[in-house]
Amino acid sequence: MLQKIYDWVDERMDITPLWRDIADHEVPEHVNPAHHFSAFVYCFGGLTFFVTVIQVLSGMFLTMYYVPDIENAWESVYYLQKEVAHGQIVRGMHHWGASLVIVMLFLHTLRVFFQGAYKKPRELNWIVGVLLFFVMLGLGFTGYLLPWDNKAYFATQVGLEIAAATPFIGEDLRTLLAGDPSIVGAQTLTRFFAIHVFFLPAALFGLMAAHFIMIRKQGISGPL
Amino acid sequence: MSDKKQVSRRQFLNYTLTGVGGFMAAGMLAPMVRFAIDPVLKPSAAGEFAAVVEESEITNEPQRFNWKVDQKDGWYESEVEKNAWVYKDENGEIVALSPICTHLGCTVDWNSQEQFPDEFYCPCHGGRYTKDGVNVPNTPPTAPLPVYEHKVEEGMLYLGQAISRGSGI
Repeated sequence: MLQKIYDWVDERMDITPLWRDIADHEVPEHVNPAHHFSAFVYCFGGLTFFVTVIQVLSGMFLTMYYVPDIENAWESVYYLQKEVAHGQIVRGMHHWGASLVIVMLFLHTLRVFFQGAYKKPRELNWIVGVLLFFVMLGLGFTGYLLPWDNKAYFATQVGLEIAAATPFIGEDLRTLLAGDPSIVGAQTLTRFFAIHVFFLPAALFGLMAAHFIMIRKQGISGPL
Repeated sequence: MSDKKQVSRRQFLNYTLTGVGGFMAAGMLAPMVRFAIDPVLKPSAAGEFAAVVEESEITNEPQRFNWKVDQKDGWYESEVEKNAWVYKDENGEIVALSPICTHLGCTVDWNSQEQFPDEFYCPCHGGRYTKDGVNVPNTPPTAPLPVYEHKVEEGMLYLGQAISRGSGI
């Protein structure tokens, strides 16, 4: 049945080359842990992507209950975690995944660094990777405020102080992030929510696409 | 062919399409960007003064006074409590200091430690300030306590914004 549907579409659209180009390619022997177990270090990039997918999915579902409003944010998080079926698991995935993605990203960076895989012609991909790292840190920073509890509030207070310490533009930068020159409040929460849920993920997807296209274009760096 | 540089049909179309496209992109983005940076460009709320205490109650010893102000955070209005350490210095000038430690934002206390008499002391990390609010060197704070703008009208002390005194010592 499925095969027939596939054939029907393929006959009209010729979709086979599309997915073959993305999915059907050889992994070199030195990258395959089935040949050399030590090749597991090559998995960290993929694991970063895997955890990122979990973050995106669990985050999408969390927004079904979460409200970015200072009166209700904490209550909505409490409700979705305590009252909604599997709420603790979904929020737990997003909470622990947020740390795990940084760990994986760091291990991936270490592998690329110590193998010298960032060298010509792959310098651009290293740069894009560093930008991805910054976007991830931004996601962590903005997401931390959203539960709107004491830890979130004061962590953001400190983070905004750090932003305000930037030479020349510090105060404006803080206002731009917080939505108010002195208050961490209603406008801060909506801004952080928008940045966390729309702006940074958009940047993340664009950079990830560039990252992956460059890998396919240049291939994986050769054995040491 | 003349010597003058000719614009080819293709070039002309490229320029026009880029120009029109640029205008369209700018037309879409300009309102959005202005929308996003509005908090930076909003004039800062002029320092409103709030009545705090009768001038006659102020002594040479710092006392802590509380008062309430209406705070507007975008669409969210609330009443927040503020407080200050207020005293008169040797010249009879009123000094109103913010109690918020410039190290990490804890609340400082006056004369609360026996080994540091007549100083402001922060219980969190042992930050110290002399009576005029200047941080004691080699304690955690890096700046003096902010000073409130103040005025006295009909025997009543009014306080405005706390003005940061930057990095002192």
